Amino acid sequence: MSDYTKKSASASSGTWPATYLPAGGQATPRLVALGASAGGLHAVSLILSGLPADFSGSLAIVQHRRSDESSLLRELLERKSRLPVVEPCHGTPIQAGHVYLAPADYHLLVEPGYFALSVDPPIACSRPSIDVLFESAALAYRSRTIAVVLTGANADGAQGAAHVYKVGGTVIVQDPADAEVPTCPAATLERVPGATVLPLLEIAGQLTALCRDAYSSETATL
Amino acid sequence: MAVQISPAAAEDTPDDDDPSAPDDVDDLEELEIQLLLDGILQRYGYDFRNYAAASLRRRVRLIVEKERVPSVSALQERILRESSCMARFITSLSVPVTAMFRDPSFFRALRDEVVPLLRTYPFVRIWHAGCSTGEEVYSLAILLMEEDIYERCRIYATDLSDASLQCATTGIYDLARMRDYTKNYQLYGGRQNFAAYYTSDRERVIFSPRLRKNIVFSQHNLVSDGPFNEFNLILCRNVMIYFDQALRQRVLQLLDVSLCRLGVLGVGRKESLEFSQLAPRFSELPSNVRLYKKER
Repeated sequence: MSDYTKKSASASSGTWPATYLPAGGQATPRLVALGASAGGLHAVSLILSGLPADFSGSLAIVQHRRSDESSLLRELLERKSRLPVVEPCHGTPIQAGHVYLAPADYHLLVEPGYFALSVDPPIACSRPSIDVLFESAALAYRSRTIAVVLTGANADGAQGAAHVYKVGGTVIVQDPADAEVPTCPAATLERVPGATVLPLLEIAGQLTALCRDAYSSETATL
Repeated sequence: MAVQISPAAAEDTPDDDDPSAPDDVDDLEELEIQLLLDGILQRYGYDFRNYAAASLRRRVRLIVEKERVPSVSALQERILRESSCMARFITSLSVPVTAMFRDPSFFRALRDEVVPLLRTYPFVRIWHAGCSTGEEVYSLAILLMEEDIYERCRIYATDLSDASLQCATTGIYDLARMRDYTKNYQLYGGRQNFAAYYTSDRERVIFSPRLRKNIVFSQHNLVSDGPFNEFNLILCRNVMIYFDQALRQRVLQLLDVSLCRLGVLGVGRKESLEFSQLAPRFSELPSNVRLYKKER
């Protein structure tokens, strides 16, 4: 709420289009930004299969992957999901109830209401980078951002998650004890001690509940 | 309403990611970037105000680090006073990311689906907008030469950056990259020995001047310059991903009026006309590699 007053006061360069502005409260759905690295395919699949068909948030996923042109990962994930899984182009609008997968070899960034891509150099050998997604999500969605850090073998995501937390967003970390590779979740917990730690099996339920709460009857259609 | 700048916030560096830092550091940085871009526009005439905000912010942060200045405001001072710093700013803002026969399937589709169309014209005008350091322009020239229509083509290759254009004009590249380029050329389905197109010493190669014969390199700013000809083919790949929605629509409009009827527009692998005002009048060619034909 106050986020928006502040935003408009500073005449933001990334101002939200009028249709996205909140009409008396939280009108835009939440954005879940999810990052996974080593061991992520299994973890992400499990979360997707746990989301209901009427999931009311938007889900953006960065899964570290090889750089090639194929869309095999998208197809694999779509098989597990009741929601459509899309590899967004630059400018693809962000819609509720959709899953967006960062394309290979591009950074995925969030702008108010749509996705942007970039071919800037990899961050810590990663493109897409989880930090880049998280930080841009925090800027555009502020406290309505939910960052989820899953299994992974490096620290990508920790800094971005700290950013999300700082602007009042929610940070969920897969329980390191439960993660295939615990480095990523552990690094995030170190940076964001206030993060919610959950076993993998409970994350989908938690996301569904958080997004449902935020998505009241007065929501704007996207 | 004025933005409140508390002394504590003013002392914070913009890239400070300390979780306990005040919340308005983000807003302060946003204001600083806005002022920087306004200043650049007034001082140098370059308009970066509609670049995609989140990416732009990341790049500005990197430039602040590279220039070893404490803040975006300090960067602004240096840029306004030193034109050499402005030149570096432009270069780092649009890091040239390019390769010869980048996305080989795109060039294959260009050869198989677009060249037959170009053959029907006695004279072919091509615009490569945002040609960067020229690798893809030379790839296009090679393609047209192998298809035996180069002689009737004129390629206008434009970019915002003088430094990139200079590099493109020389046709000189690192020898080390030729291995990848040769692989791309083969994946594309090249019909010659790729090495026949260049001469090399130990470190660098220079591409044959006959490839450059019908290429005109020139500076053109998609943000502020207008149309300058009517073209049968326009390539504008991975340029619009630097722009926000409003600017992207404006540039698409510019490309649209610069394209003749039944002309073809090629954009980057992750750029699409789907959510643009051009969508109803353009149809994607069957290969699905972001080549669009202007139907009306």
